[in-house]
Amino acid sequence: MARHVIGIDLGTTNCAISWRDLEEGSGDVVSIPQLTAPGTVEERRLLPSFIYLAQEGEFPPGALALPWDKRPAYATGEFARAHGAKVVTRLVASAKSWLSHTNIDRTGALLPWQAPPEVERISPVEASARYLKHLVESWKASLQKDSDAEEIILTVPASFDAAARELTMQAAGQAGLQNVTLLEEPQAALYAWLEKIGDGFRKQVKVGDVILVVDVGGGTTDFSLIAVTEQNGDLQLTRMAVGDHILLGGDNMDLTLAHHLAQGKNLDAWQFTALTYGCREAKELLFADPKLKKAPISIPGRGSALIGATIKAELTRDDLGRILVDGFIPKAGVTELPRTARRTGLTQVGLPYAQDPGITRHLGAFLARQSRIAEGKAFVHPTAILFNGGVFKAAILKQRLVEVINDWLSRDGGSPVRELEGADLDLAVARGAVHYAWVRHGHGIRIRGGTARAYYVGVEPAMPSVPGFDPPIKALCVAPFGMEEGTKADVPPQEFALVVGEPTVFRFFASSVRREDRVGDMIDDAARNEEFEEVAPIETTLSGESGKLVPVNLQAAVTEVGTLELRCLEKEGGGRWKLEMNVRTKDG
Amino acid sequence: MAQIAFWDRMKMAWRVLISAEFAGEVTEGLELRATARAKKAAPPERVHASGLMLLAAFQREGRLIDFLQQDAGGYSDEEIGAAARVVHGGCRKTLAQFFDLVPAAQTAEGAPMTVPTGFDPERIRLTGNVSGKPPFKGTLKHHGWIVTGVRMPSISETLDPRVITPAEVELP
Repeated sequence: MARHVIGIDLGTTNCAISWRDLEEGSGDVVSIPQLTAPGTVEERRLLPSFIYLAQEGEFPPGALALPWDKRPAYATGEFARAHGAKVVTRLVASAKSWLSHTNIDRTGALLPWQAPPEVERISPVEASARYLKHLVESWKASLQKDSDAEEIILTVPASFDAAARELTMQAAGQAGLQNVTLLEEPQAALYAWLEKIGDGFRKQVKVGDVILVVDVGGGTTDFSLIAVTEQNGDLQLTRMAVGDHILLGGDNMDLTLAHHLAQGKNLDAWQFTALTYGCREAKELLFADPKLKKAPISIPGRGSALIGATIKAELTRDDLGRILVDGFIPKAGVTELPRTARRTGLTQVGLPYAQDPGITRHLGAFLARQSRIAEGKAFVHPTAILFNGGVFKAAILKQRLVEVINDWLSRDGGSPVRELEGADLDLAVARGAVHYAWVRHGHGIRIRGGTARAYYVGVEPAMPSVPGFDPPIKALCVAPFGMEEGTKADVPPQEFALVVGEPTVFRFFASSVRREDRVGDMIDDAARNEEFEEVAPIETTLSGESGKLVPVNLQAAVTEVGTLELRCLEKEGGGRWKLEMNVRTKDG
Repeated sequence: MAQIAFWDRMKMAWRVLISAEFAGEVTEGLELRATARAKKAAPPERVHASGLMLLAAFQREGRLIDFLQQDAGGYSDEEIGAAARVVHGGCRKTLAQFFDLVPAAQTAEGAPMTVPTGFDPERIRLTGNVSGKPPFKGTLKHHGWIVTGVRMPSISETLDPRVITPAEVELP
C-alpha cells in the first residue's frame, strides 16, 4: 500500500498542497516556502500561481534562491505576484485558464502573453509544471527527509475537456511527478465535506438527493451535480453532470469593485493593483461585520512620501450590494441565458473570459441544459447545495444564490435546497484530494460517474463540395457519457481507412448533455447542433508507406488516471496507433 | 591570517621540525583562531541582520520607514490618518505572520488583579505605591504582551541586509 499520498489543488490564482501518511494517519496542509522579497523565503499556506521571469542582472546573484534551487531564473508565488504588478510584461499569470483555451497552441511558449520579444516566454504547460514542482519540493522540505510521494492526486476543473486533462498530465510529467491521478475539483470539495462529516453523512443526505456543487475559484466557476443513489442497501454517489468552462471568479469581483472606485482618480497600474487588494480586504471586512456601513481603503503613492500622497477611497455597503451581489448573483430566471456580447470581426486572441458576470444565469443555463436528467421538470432540481471557493466566505453571496435557486424551484413545484456546511473554503480541494486517495484504497464512499462528456469523431460525408457551404459533419460516438476509468470501448466496425505516412486530422466533438448515445452511434450535422461543442482536433501520423490506405477500427479508453485515449487498430494486421489530441490549434 | 608573536614562532618552528603531529595541532589552532577572529569581525549589519530584516518587512508590507521618516508636522490629521491605515494594515499582517502574541496577564484591563507571592517580575511590573510583601491587590493597567511563537523568514546570506528597500526606477 502506498504510504505517502499528496493532494494538489492547482488553481488559477492560488495553489495548495495537502498530504497524509496512510500508515500513521498523520499529515495536513503543507506550508509552502516561497520568496516574499529578494533573498527572503517565508512559508505560506497558499502559493499564488504567478511566475516572474527575471531579467539577467535584475536581482543580485542568489536573490531568487529557494531551499531546493540555488539559482532559479524566475520567482514563483508571493514575490512574483507583488513584483509582477510593477513589471507586467514579465509576469506569467492564469496559466491554468490558458490550458483550456482551444484557439491557441497550448504547448507553445506564449506566456507572458504581452511580453516584449526579448523575454523568453514559457508555455502554459511549463508554467503549470513549475508550480507543481514547487509544491512537491515544499512537501519534501516539510518532511525533512528524502521521501517520494507514492501517489499524487491532482485536481482539475470538472469542466476541463479531454485535451486540457491530457495537458495537465503532461505538466505533471514535466515536473517529474509519478503516479498521478486526476480528480475533478467539485468532487474534491465534496470529498472534503464527506471526510469532515464522517459517519454523520447518512443523516445529512438520503437516497434521491441531488447535490449541486458550486465552486467559484479565483478565476473559474465550476458546477457539478452529484446524485445520491442506493445499491444493495449501500448509499452511492454518482456525478451526473458538469458545467461548461466559465472564466469568471473571485478576481473578477475585486476588479469590478476596483474599477468602480478608481473612477475620477488618477492611478497608475501599480496603484490600481493596490486598490484591487484593498477592495478585497474592505469587502471581507464589510461581509464579516453586517453593522459596518462602509470600509475605508488607502492607496499609497509610489514615492517615499506617504502622508499627503495617500489616496483615499471608500467601499460602501451599497456598492457591495449593487456591484457584487446584484452584478454577480443577479435575480434571474432559470431560463434566462447568459448574455454574449457581439464580437467584432477582428478579436484579439486572449483568454475567452465569460462575457456575462451573472453566475446565476450561467447556473440556470447549466441546470436547464441538463433536461435529460430533469425528470420532466423544466430544469434539474437540486435538493442540496455545497459551496466551495474563497468567494463564499461572504455569507451574503451564498444567501443570494440559495434565494435565487429556491425561487426557481418554487416556481417549478420543487422544495427548497438545503446547504451542506462545507469545510475550509480555501483548502477543501487539496484536503479532499488527499481523502480521495484514502478512498481509492478502499475506505469510505467513492463518487462514481466516469467521463462527464460523450466524445465524437467528426466524419465528413462523401458529397460534392459547394463553395461557401460547410458540408454537414456527422459525429460518430467513440466514448459514451459516463465511461468509467480503466475501461475501453470498441467502436463497431465502420469503413475507416487511414492514410499512412502523412498526418491525418480528425475533427473532434464533445457533449456534456447527450447521455443516450452509444458507441458507434452516428449523429447528423454535429457542427450546427447546440448540444455539441467542437474541441481540439485529434491528429496522428501513422508510420508506413506514404499515401497508402490502411483499414482500421477505432477504440476509446479512459485511463486509470482519468484521461481519454483514442487508438486505431489495424483491421488486418497488428498495427496499433494512439491518436493524439492536437492542442495546438482548433482549426489546424 | 592569524598573527603569532615572533618568539612563539621561533619556539614552534623547532617543535614543528621535531614532531609532525605538533605541526597538525598548530595549523588547526591557527584555523580556529582565524574563525574566531572572523566571527568577532562580523560587520554589525550581519550581527543584526534579523532586526534589519524586520524593518524591511514592515517597510515592504506597511511602508513603516516611509511613514516614520516623513515629517508629519504640516499635514492634517485626516492625511496622517489615511497614511496610517496603510501602515497599520500592512504591519499588522506582517506582525501576525511572524509572531504569535498573547497578553501577559489574562485579566481585563481596569479590573482588580491579585499579584501572588513569588510572581514573575519579568512578566509583571508593579507601579504606584510599591511597598510590603506579596500577595498584592491592585488594578491591571496594561495587560502586557508575550510572544508565544516566532516564524521569521529565512534570509539569504549573500544579500546586504542594510538595504531596507531599493531605489525604484521605472523604465518607459
